[in-house]
Amino acid sequence: MFDFCTDPAAVEGTQWLACYLTTGKHMNLYFSVFTVLALLAVTAPSALAFGFAGATAARSPLLPLRWLGKGYISLVRGVPDIAFFLFFVIALDQGFEWLRHQALCPDWTAPIRQGNDFVVCQAAKLPLSSDPQWVHEVYGFSLAVLTFAIVFGAFAANVLFGAMTAVPHAQMETAAAYGMSRRQAFWHIMIPQMWLYALPGLSNLWVVLIKSTPLLFLLGIEDIVYWARELGGFKSARVSAYPHGDWRVWYFLGLLVFYLAFTVLSEKALGRLNSRLQRGQATVGADATGGARS
Amino acid sequence: MKKLLLTAALVAATSTAWAGDVIRMGTEGAYPPYNFINDAGEVDGMERELGDELCKRAGLTCAWVTNDWDSIIPNLVSGNYDTIIAGMSITDARDEVIDFTEAYIPADPSGYLVLDADLDVTSAVIAVQSATIQSSFVAEKGWTMVEFATTDDTIAAVLNGEADAVLGGLVSIREYANDELVVLARQETIGGGVGMGIRESNGDLKAKFNKAIQSMKADGTLNELIVKWEVGYTW
Repeated sequence: MFDFCTDPAAVEGTQWLACYLTTGKHMNLYFSVFTVLALLAVTAPSALAFGFAGATAARSPLLPLRWLGKGYISLVRGVPDIAFFLFFVIALDQGFEWLRHQALCPDWTAPIRQGNDFVVCQAAKLPLSSDPQWVHEVYGFSLAVLTFAIVFGAFAANVLFGAMTAVPHAQMETAAAYGMSRRQAFWHIMIPQMWLYALPGLSNLWVVLIKSTPLLFLLGIEDIVYWARELGGFKSARVSAYPHGDWRVWYFLGLLVFYLAFTVLSEKALGRLNSRLQRGQATVGADATGGARS
Repeated sequence: MKKLLLTAALVAATSTAWAGDVIRMGTEGAYPPYNFINDAGEVDGMERELGDELCKRAGLTCAWVTNDWDSIIPNLVSGNYDTIIAGMSITDARDEVIDFTEAYIPADPSGYLVLDADLDVTSAVIAVQSATIQSSFVAEKGWTMVEFATTDDTIAAVLNGEADAVLGGLVSIREYANDELVVLARQETIGGGVGMGIRESNGDLKAKFNKAIQSMKADGTLNELIVKWEVGYTW
């Protein structure tokens, strides 16, 4: 990075630190911050969409749809995240490859399951093993988003389900009296009002989501915690031009600051959103959260 | 027959059939000097050099992938990469799940890294990396054991006083020895040599790598690598 970094053994003090903090490996750490932020930015709305679909299905007047919604909510909430991430993602990936295998290699007669092995033809591999590394990374990233969305969607569905139930029933009856159909009452009366009830639960989920990014390494995505561990670990002179002892405590201190700052910012933003949602809300809603203060 | 079909499928697949020959090499990247991530953020170490040379001799294009040690075998069998080259000792238990090439590093004894040189390991708390030959060894002996996900964590456990000794490959724990941490004279002979893990259904690839390993053994380049990186005995 800097000119004086060509011989790391010769530099000292702040120059050494400047060189050390700009190695390719540290750049990976800085880059992984953006990976994490991008993941959160994509996952949060997708999880909300899954949650909304789940909650709506769980309230549906159609029995099978209701079963589907409730089944999704309880099943996914019941499975430990780490098991879900280890098992489900591999199964999902194999499912995609199996489908492609059926479509792309109809002449293939060898079994796909050979003992422990899962073997599909080269053309069905996802991504193709000839694809450049970034394609593999983008694919892994999308799998991660999907898995996070499904897991957090189940929790969000439960929160939204509760929030929909919390909207005063009288409101819905009034809507019906005004001649609104079920669908109209749902979209125009219930949905706009339920957010206020859902917000505390959803903000909880958001904070938990921020902190669960280390699960990403199970999917081969290197997040900030992975790089902090890797960089902080003991380095001998053979492994690195910047040998040092166990510095993980400093790196983790950095992580602590990052996560705390992120959480504080989120709290601020969510607080603002909350007061905004309260504006013009029917009395019971405002009473539920803001009423205690008056 | 299978091979014929494979070739047919490859040719039929697309015009990129040749490029499909990229072999993805899976490693841990946290086991110096065998494999580690260097300052530039790339996989480095004895196995990086060895793997690149093996691929060259076998006429393969290879790409490097890092994966968590705990899930390194499941991800191989499900096809996320094609080989494991991560200082993995050949054991019967692993051999039931995957295949191994012939060993490229002879069996390396395991040793103890301790703070107190007079420690009696039989009554001590031993830190090991989980799912290693050392962890099964300590479990069999019935000693008190704490397991960690990485070698780094086992060292930290001894420095913190959480455990009394690290049991690990001699080569790897020597990397961490300094004025504080010493290697005990006591050694344990566990496991076979270090080989590359390959899917059982992938006999072709195994044969190619075996041939390349044999040629490196024959012309002495493998021994040169072993001496250069100090990863144990030569052949």
